[in-house]
Amino acid sequence: MNLTTELDRRAWVVQVMGLPVSVHLRGPEVHTDTVAERVERVFAELGEMDAVFSTYRPESVLGRLGGAVPDPATAAPVVREVVELCELARARTGGWFDARHLPLPGGGTGFDPSGLVKGWAVERAARHLADLPEHDLCLNAGGDVLLRTAPGRPAWLVGIEDPDRPERMLDVVERAGGAVATSGTARRGAHILDPHTGRPAEAVRSVTVVGPELLWADVYATAAAARGADALDWLATLDGYAALVVDAAGRVRATSNWPGTRAGTQTRAA
Amino acid sequence: MRRITLWLLATVATVVLLFSYKTSTMGAGGDTSAIASGSDGSTGSSWSGTDAGSTGSGLSSGDTSGGSGGTSGGSGGTSGGSGGTSSGSGNGTATGAVAQTRWGPVQVRITVSGGKITDVTAVQVPDGNHRDQEINDYAVPVLRQEALAAQSARIDTVSGATVTSDGYRESLQSAIDAAHLK
Repeated sequence: MNLTTELDRRAWVVQVMGLPVSVHLRGPEVHTDTVAERVERVFAELGEMDAVFSTYRPESVLGRLGGAVPDPATAAPVVREVVELCELARARTGGWFDARHLPLPGGGTGFDPSGLVKGWAVERAARHLADLPEHDLCLNAGGDVLLRTAPGRPAWLVGIEDPDRPERMLDVVERAGGAVATSGTARRGAHILDPHTGRPAEAVRSVTVVGPELLWADVYATAAAARGADALDWLATLDGYAALVVDAAGRVRATSNWPGTRAGTQTRAA
Repeated sequence: MRRITLWLLATVATVVLLFSYKTSTMGAGGDTSAIASGSDGSTGSSWSGTDAGSTGSGLSSGDTSGGSGGTSGGSGGTSGGSGGTSSGSGNGTATGAVAQTRWGPVQVRITVSGGKITDVTAVQVPDGNHRDQEINDYAVPVLRQEALAAQSARIDTVSGATVTSDGYRESLQSAIDAAHLK
């Protein structure tokens, strides 16, 4: 019997931002009202951000803009922050993450920051749980995971889903903190577009990125899936992030710094 | 076919997770509390083992497929139950509660040896027509493999392509979540 299993663990799951979001906490006070109220704040804030950013809601800030980029001069601070982060993401991914010309739920194309907002909002909302000493956090938002552990605690074990058989794991990584994000076509079909052609990116089945920040792990995974063929070479250039890629033929490859049991692949960039 | 396989897997995975959770967390003579309450179709569960001081209180996880928190869409209630054991070194079997599914009742049994799950078998599966037989022939061996794999990995969470509410009901993540809701 080890320390992990002696800790109380509790989970909460709420459907928010169109996703099942689960919060797991390990620690002595998980059954107290104080902790439950903190968790409620996390979900409440995710709901508030969805009300601002969802392109599926005609009454949201983004919905009212109908695909136009919000004007940073007049936008609310959170909206300005997201617009700026989208620009930064575009720069950091060499244009492969581009929120400006995406298909909109109501038809047509336009600005849709959803691919970045999820990671950003989850990291932001998780601050409500930041000052719970002695508690470990494992937050899963529709397959993208944010992790924290108190000093001396065992790491969380994160299974990486096989895109062709979602009930099977390709690998398991042990993480004490940071993020694990996966993008791909497994559950929603080819919804990631090549921003240069506007066509669905299909060369890559699934990309999982592990690293310090959920926002960037998620953005890098999406950009890599859009890149297709040279995804792994590009991922290997990212400082502090490691990745596992499943291509359309089912071949599984990882960057040389991949923390799981899959052997890393030597890439040209590595 | 695929739906019921994944759905059955979630049930089995819940049983496995509940079981391993209890196995590893309970102190000797420890009290067991329901991990989640399920009122639908559960007919109880049992544990028989060789551990002294084993407490066999049933655990049932309500509605593993419909999701936790009562926020996702409704679904047929399922209940995976498992018996508790008082130490991690037990031997014996745990039989899950009967889950009433739209295809009929489903019940699984887990065999433990030296504190590890060594086998998963279906005690009750729907039968009576060709399609059900087909499901049994295919789904049960798959379930067994997957449940054993899930245990050996002992994962806390699953990272995968974006899960929607529909997909969540059938996901391993929903089973992991259900095992810790209370």
